Amino acid sequence: MKVAVLKGGSSLERGVSLRSAARVEDAVSALGHQTIGIDVGKDLVSRLRSERPDVVFIALHGPGGEDGTVQELLEILDLPYTGPGVAACALCMDKVAAKHEMRAAGLPTPDWAAFNATAFRELGAADTLEEIEERLGFPLVVKPARGGSSLGVEFASSRDEVPEALVAAFSYDDRVLLERYVKGRELAVSMLGAEALHVVEAIPREEDFFNFEARYEIGRTEYVCPADLGDAETRRVQELATGTYEALGCSGFARVDLMLGEGGPQVLEVNAIPGLTDTSLFPMAAEAAGIEFTALVEKILDSARLRAQSAATNAAAGSTATSGRPT
Amino acid sequence: MTGPSEQEGRPQRSSEPPRRRRSHTTSRDLERYTGLFARRTQVMRSSAMRDLMAITARPEVISLAGGLPDTSTFPADSFAAQMTRIAHESSAEALQYGPTEGFEETKACIVEVMEEEGMSPDPDDLIVTTGGQQAIDLIAKTLVNPGDPVICEAPTYPGAVPAFCSYEADVHQVSTDENGMRIDELEELLAALATAGRRPKFIYSVPSFQNPAGVTMSEDRRRRLVELAREHEVLICEDNPYGLLRYDGDPQPTLYSLDGGDYVLYLGTFSKILSPGIRIGWVVAPPPVLEKIGLGKQAADLCTSTLTQYFVREYFAEGRWREYIGDLVGIYRDRRDAMLDALERHFPEQAEWTRPEGGLFIWATLPDYIDTTDLLAKALRENVAFVPGRAAYVDGRGGSSMRLNFSASGEDELREGIRRIGRVVNEQVALYETITGEHRAEPAPDPEDDDPGGEVVPLPKR
Repeated sequence: MKVAVLKGGSSLERGVSLRSAARVEDAVSALGHQTIGIDVGKDLVSRLRSERPDVVFIALHGPGGEDGTVQELLEILDLPYTGPGVAACALCMDKVAAKHEMRAAGLPTPDWAAFNATAFRELGAADTLEEIEERLGFPLVVKPARGGSSLGVEFASSRDEVPEALVAAFSYDDRVLLERYVKGRELAVSMLGAEALHVVEAIPREEDFFNFEARYEIGRTEYVCPADLGDAETRRVQELATGTYEALGCSGFARVDLMLGEGGPQVLEVNAIPGLTDTSLFPMAAEAAGIEFTALVEKILDSARLRAQSAATNAAAGSTATSGRPT
Repeated sequence: MTGPSEQEGRPQRSSEPPRRRRSHTTSRDLERYTGLFARRTQVMRSSAMRDLMAITARPEVISLAGGLPDTSTFPADSFAAQMTRIAHESSAEALQYGPTEGFEETKACIVEVMEEEGMSPDPDDLIVTTGGQQAIDLIAKTLVNPGDPVICEAPTYPGAVPAFCSYEADVHQVSTDENGMRIDELEELLAALATAGRRPKFIYSVPSFQNPAGVTMSEDRRRRLVELAREHEVLICEDNPYGLLRYDGDPQPTLYSLDGGDYVLYLGTFSKILSPGIRIGWVVAPPPVLEKIGLGKQAADLCTSTLTQYFVREYFAEGRWREYIGDLVGIYRDRRDAMLDALERHFPEQAEWTRPEGGLFIWATLPDYIDTTDLLAKALRENVAFVPGRAAYVDGRGGSSMRLNFSASGEDELREGIRRIGRVVNEQVALYETITGEHRAEPAPDPEDDDPGGEVVPLPKR
């Protein structure tokens, strides 16, 4: 089998993507498949056309690779690919859209308000900040609507810090959200197919919060897997993750990030293509479930092919393929 | 780590042995390694913007982030002739190990370079190192016990901090202004440390065309600094990679020449006046210190590349090294002027920047509500890069500053790069003012609207 691994690109998470892809390429080779690594750029479509891979493993993070853009191209080229489909990727990438979807499905997610830069420039949105601050309280979290790996996530502990935090978040996206801060434990649930794996807890060793560097440096964050939670609590967190994964229409795999505060767990976001580096949570959770990395990659590849096959079958039967989720 | 392009289009047959075993790294392995790491690795941090920097390597990005000299003007013919001569005349020796302290011939070339700046060291007092960076590392290795205070400028050369930190130095930074290190602040720091019974091992300084600030220490301050070192019996580590790259103004005496070499350890390099690829630098130090540095070097790498030392010898024998530096000075002066001009046109009035008389860098400081690490993310979307200022501090300061390099890009590229950075800065300034209600009526005008200098410059494909 010929597997193309898409990596790099021009996203800010290029470095993380290259590290994820390096591991995936090794695993694909170890499975005995032919591996073609493609650093995505202007020649992506022509390379895919000439290589005609059997499956495309998308190891891209951030806008472009994780927001449905590349997935859409692969649909058009009729190439099976890993991870969630176009619509789910677009939803997961946009934290604001995802939160609306979660609210509609009755899933707990912290209160928020979202703006684009135009709202400030042209509609006087700054005048509403006081009400928002009152509603959300301090500290509050300011983050870009699209973006991953906690890039551009700022904490404002008082009114004075809000404008600066907004300017910082607007460096990463034209849309930002202000969100109620949930004090508590940081949890991540990795979803493989529709199955919730063990809950991982991330405990930063020194920083106030989980920052970009700490995530990718060995020894700076302590991970506990499975997280030290009671059975009922674990079940509740896993159910919530599964519900979110389904509400956003994910398939293949994804990672749901939550905060466990006093009022119970709340969903922060879903990563359609979670990191697969040596220090990433998703492979860690898989390993705890007895699935080592090569086997994990195999499962992900299988689910991509299954989805493509069932879509083909549905199309042949004249029905519309509404959901490609493998069963 | 294998580069991304190296693996492309090279499908692996399953019969081949696996290239790496990284896919077998498990989280349990990671924990095991973490348990094995030395304590000093906890302070060995990769720089904050490492992952953002992964994008600056893309060809469409105008990078003002590097510290690279322009090696494109080095005559390829003469390079080829010199290497051919080495191959014909000294093949066996050039491929062999050499003495740890370096060849006498290399030292003679180094003395020639130092004489150009008014110094005349005894060749026995110097060791040839693998770039100036190794000299920094060896000095720290020789002098620093965990917790020892080391003093440097604020901002300081971003590459020095990891070297000091890897020996668990307690790094203190002294502010700089347009005349270099603030000696009054240094005196206060030395007094405070003395009161606390702590003795700093050395003061690290780049006195001329400092990296990253671009400023040059005044002669008065140089004299006072050397006196203070004597009074407090503290060594000075004078790092002078750019001294010969002066574009205007009068040369300042080096700290080494003012001190005579008792308390000053002098670091030099061929990186900026010949080539960084040859990895040849040097350190001049008093004999007892030099002996320990030599032992450290033996442990680190036995000797500096013999082959490139032969190249230096041949290059100097040709006798046109001063001419080549003269060429570089002409090129870099024009580039500096182009960057200063572009900053004037495109940066908002709230920004400030230094006007270096030489070297490779300009240091720009924006209003304090702009964080340049975040700004870099926005700038990268416009395909332009710089070094966020925080990299030059150990204590989180520098968040609103940036280092801009003008040696590695042509004038048109520099102008376009600054125009793009100026645009994102102006956007952030306007946004902040809108949010805070300052100047609410008048958002800052886009400088391009009525500015003929703001046109997009068509760039040749690199």
